[in-house]
Amino acid sequence: MAGLELLSDQGYRVDGRRAGELRKIQARMGVFAQADGSAYIEQGNTKALAVVYGPHEIRGSRSRALPDRALVNCQYSSATFSTGERKRRPHGDRKSCEMGLQLRQTFEAAILTQLHPRSQIDIYVQVLQADGGTYAACVNAATLAVLDAGIPMRDFVCACSAGFVDGTALADLSHVEEAAGGPQLALALLPASGQIALLEMDARLHEDHLECVLEAAAQAARDVHTLLDRVVRQHVHEASILLGD
Amino acid sequence: MKETPLSNCERRFLLRAIEEKKRLDGRQTYDYRNIKISFGTDYGCCIVELGKTRVLGQVSCELVAPKLNRATEGILFFNLELSQMAAPAFEPGRQSDLLVKLNRLLERCLRNSKCIDTESLCVVAGEKVWQIRVDIHLLNHDGNIIDAASIAAVVALCHFRRPDVSVQGEEVTLYTPEERDPVALSIHHMPICVSFAFFQQGTYLLVDPNEREERVMDGLLVIAMNKHREICTIQSSGGIMLLKDQVLRCSKIAGVKVAEITELIQKALENDQKVRKEGGKFGFAESIANQRITAFKMEKAPVDTSDVEEKAGEIIAEAEPPSEVVSKPVLWTSGTARIGEGVENSWGDLEDSEKDEDEGGSHEAVILDNIKMDTGAGVSDIGSQDDPIVLSDSEEEEMIILEPDKNPKKIRTQTTSAKQEKAPSKKPMKKRKKKRATN
Repeated sequence: MAGLELLSDQGYRVDGRRAGELRKIQARMGVFAQADGSAYIEQGNTKALAVVYGPHEIRGSRSRALPDRALVNCQYSSATFSTGERKRRPHGDRKSCEMGLQLRQTFEAAILTQLHPRSQIDIYVQVLQADGGTYAACVNAATLAVLDAGIPMRDFVCACSAGFVDGTALADLSHVEEAAGGPQLALALLPASGQIALLEMDARLHEDHLECVLEAAAQAARDVHTLLDRVVRQHVHEASILLGD
Repeated sequence: MKETPLSNCERRFLLRAIEEKKRLDGRQTYDYRNIKISFGTDYGCCIVELGKTRVLGQVSCELVAPKLNRATEGILFFNLELSQMAAPAFEPGRQSDLLVKLNRLLERCLRNSKCIDTESLCVVAGEKVWQIRVDIHLLNHDGNIIDAASIAAVVALCHFRRPDVSVQGEEVTLYTPEERDPVALSIHHMPICVSFAFFQQGTYLLVDPNEREERVMDGLLVIAMNKHREICTIQSSGGIMLLKDQVLRCSKIAGVKVAEITELIQKALENDQKVRKEGGKFGFAESIANQRITAFKMEKAPVDTSDVEEKAGEIIAEAEPPSEVVSKPVLWTSGTARIGEGVENSWGDLEDSEKDEDEGGSHEAVILDNIKMDTGAGVSDIGSQDDPIVLSDSEEEEMIILEPDKNPKKIRTQTTSAKQEKAPSKKPMKKRKKKRATN
């Protein structure tokens, strides 16, 4: 879309946010009673749902069992109504497979898999509405779901996307900003140590600008962490009230 | 076939070597293996060799209807295949994870970075556009598939020529290569992937890991850049935890490496262009070095050499010094000369018909007998005394070694009865030889 100003002269973006501002995040844990852990997150208009089963016995071939740690299995699916035009294949296409692999990589690094040898942890993520930053929303939802399931993790895994327009780094891109074709970075971070679990970038970005975009994404991920932390504490507080503590 | 697992001691060895900054093939930490680019006879076909990893890239094009939401842009299609000849572990059902990862990385690197001007591929807006298809096949896997594949894709795209098209009003004319020269694609920049392998939780890093190093690595970081130092793609995979400054350092190293590789690619393309223009030979067959044996394995012949020394000793003890070799050429006519005499013809039948008109048929039987034995032995029965004697496995035949000046010696592997038969036949043989020598 030529002529669409992603960053105005006063520093406002298309939806009125500032350059480093995140969209409104609302999250809820424990949405399904059946699953071991579940969570729902809304980042602006992007809505993602995550469900965790495990740790349980390995399904299918026993040969896949790892003798010293748990196997993490992630599946990503985006609903056919999630994008502007109806998607024909909700799962099984290359992009969904790649997303599943990336989620698995992220969570294998964060979950303490050594505590559950020869077992399997399943993480299923479903995107209900995709308005930019789908990877970040999936990771955030999956973190909450894993915490809800009580599976021990090293730290929260917080993710956010970032872009670069007119010399300024933008945090948390929406679909309009993504479709404009500029560089996009998706970062998954463990906030306490600052370690990057996954880094992914597309489209051309000059090397000199890499640092400021990385920094913007890291800062945004830390802001997401503050919010998620609050959500978890709220959930535990509610649960303890119900238990009559 | 499942991959053979790496043994613990091999793993430890590799990791210890990396800790001491040593690599198996003697490279430094930031060194690439030798890159060799060769082109096929068609435009758009190339083979890239990164060390022993070998990748074939082929570009083809077709006129199709464009996508509905992008009516003025051409279509780019990338496909990477892990052929089974590359590694025994690449079976049709087993490759999915790696295949998806590599394909997506290649697609993002080349398509999202807009290295090709898709608007220039449009012929008639909304009706006909060019669909460019890049097929990459892995021929041999020795680590770092993604780097080799990205180089192959870029080189193939730069090398490719599409047929020329002209549009006059409603009419679209597609010219064959004979009518008008094919046209190159318009390429903005050349994104090249550089892989970094991390070991020991990110403490050590290596550029361009080979297959063994890939097996013991913790994770991989791939950075795709072009020579203008624009990053086209970053992808971290595996379970590594990176720090921001590590990523920045890797991007600087990648910048340097990409500049070198881009230069190499330009040179290779120029060379090929020059050869084609001058009408020289080009193609894969030309680029394979002719003088070098690339793979040659000789089977071990089962030979019983247990009493060779004994026999050889016997012969040498009774042998005379070797006769002088005639080195003077005998000139027959101008342009034709003869050096030496050659050995005796061991084709008995020919000898028979050529030479034995004046000798009686009685010799025929002798000769035939002789030949029967000869064909049994695996070695010609005329040799100098100093050659090692190889005894054939067959125990029915005799070996005869003819001496030019003495009675021939016989080496028996078994029966003694044959000896008496042969004794009288030798003299006539000798006589015949002498006859020929005087010719």
